[in-house]
Amino acid sequence: MEIKKTVQDLTVVSNISLNKRHFLLELVAPEPLPMMLPGQFVQVLVKDSPTTFLRRPFSIHQADHRRNSIILLVQIKGEGTRHLSHLREGEKLNVIYPLGNSFSLPTTKKVLLVGGGCGVAPLLFLSQFLNQNSIRPTILVGFRTKEEVSEIETYAKYGEIFITTDDGTEGEHGLVVDHSIFQKDHLPFDKIYCCGPDAMMHAVARIAKMQEIDCEVSLENTMACGFGVCLCCITPTDRGNERVCVEGPVFNTKRLKWK
Amino acid sequence: MTNLSVNIAGLTFKNPVTTASGTFGYGDEFGDFMDLGRIGGVFVKAVTGSNREGNAYPRMAETASGMLNSVGLQNKGVDHFIKEIYPRIKDFDTHIIVNVSGSTLEEYVEVASRINELDKIPAIELNISCPNVKQGGMAFGTVPAMSTEVTRAVRDVYKKVLMVKLSPNVTSIIEIAKAVVDGGADVLTLVNTLLGMAIDAERRRPILSTITGGLSGPAIKPIALRMVWQVHNAVNVPVIGLGGIMNATDAIEFLLAGSSAIQVGTANFIDPAISVKIVEGIEAYMQKHGITDVNELIGGLRTE
Repeated sequence: MEIKKTVQDLTVVSNISLNKRHFLLELVAPEPLPMMLPGQFVQVLVKDSPTTFLRRPFSIHQADHRRNSIILLVQIKGEGTRHLSHLREGEKLNVIYPLGNSFSLPTTKKVLLVGGGCGVAPLLFLSQFLNQNSIRPTILVGFRTKEEVSEIETYAKYGEIFITTDDGTEGEHGLVVDHSIFQKDHLPFDKIYCCGPDAMMHAVARIAKMQEIDCEVSLENTMACGFGVCLCCITPTDRGNERVCVEGPVFNTKRLKWK
Repeated sequence: MTNLSVNIAGLTFKNPVTTASGTFGYGDEFGDFMDLGRIGGVFVKAVTGSNREGNAYPRMAETASGMLNSVGLQNKGVDHFIKEIYPRIKDFDTHIIVNVSGSTLEEYVEVASRINELDKIPAIELNISCPNVKQGGMAFGTVPAMSTEVTRAVRDVYKKVLMVKLSPNVTSIIEIAKAVVDGGADVLTLVNTLLGMAIDAERRRPILSTITGGLSGPAIKPIALRMVWQVHNAVNVPVIGLGGIMNATDAIEFLLAGSSAIQVGTANFIDPAISVKIVEGIEAYMQKHGITDVNELIGGLRTE
């Protein structure tokens, strides 16, 4: 089903700092929110930031049709995201949305969500969606350090939550793929959804393949347009180079031609 | 009443605003954002003789007031275009112009002759200026004798309006422009992207997989304007200008420099409805200055 894309000025309702590098931006729409699915993303125009020429893509972290708002989880990486971190309530943000495909609904109830760093962004929306479909997933998220561990109570509402930190200051010590969940010969899951740094997604995809578990990843290739015309964000698949912004960002790892 | 229509080599455009190849897909990707019937024309994504996967990722680097790309003409080839794409775009209420690309003279000729058979395509834009393919492409657009030769070969098989897109990566744009006109071009479009590169100092690596790529966006506008002005004054065929046009004022500057129409490129990525806003902006400018015919603006630069 084709969801109509729109360009809108959304209004900042709140801008909450989670830690030094991450913040939550809630944006309310002037018209009823379009239908959105977990895995989809928005393209944000950063104004008054001279070095930020192109829009910035962000996964939809939460969509609240009651409040008519979306929430973005943003990591401060450069001038554009730093600029966004200073937005105040009432300011407007021009957004193109909703963009891209979405995670598929699993045919099983034994589902694992794996996120790392800012890659956790689409997984909250996904876990809410799974709950609506009577699925309570296992959620494993990795952070750098205790100070960056955030929104755990929110995730816990929708599934069983496990965490790792790179420095061992909270949860299990190490990367998400080092977590004890993965140390079993037969993982008790039939479906894995994953989003995070490339190395993490590759590692999770390898485990999924070895254990013959269906796995979907959400890629975050750099893009110019976000709606399929610049052909910059491609990834090699079994159908040739496909656009992460249209055929993705979610791909079944079986289809990806990863090196 | 203000007249926005322009006549270019016998082809009437409802207004001088068109969209640049490679930045606007096949047009229908913009259906959610704007009415294609509001703009003068759409230059669709490059078509080559057969399927091309293009270059490896990463293909894009953001730069100061612009971006580099090295897509490398990714497209599914002329057969696919004719069978799958043409039927869905041919009845748009605007001119659909096909960007014809290739690696060899024979490939250009083959694609052009196939597109010549399509009733609803009134013109082609011969792309002899892509900086992102190893063979052909820009080579045809940087050596005058080769520019003449490829234009003449396509002229022999293409019976409608032949536009040729020029590369700015040359010592003399005038020399290339004249060579292409000698080959039989009806219209010149300029400029394609400027060859550039971007480096990640932390990793000591190029950002693009191809190391170099094509620079577009407002960063190149002054160069594009200068080249349009030079070519407009040097040849007797119409010029369609492009290079960093972000708004109506930019578009008017290109008209004043001698463009009979303009192409909006990279700006489409940032605001997918910008081309319609540029049409409205040109109209507002004309009303403000008491101009009733947009043709008064074309080449209307005051240099005295």
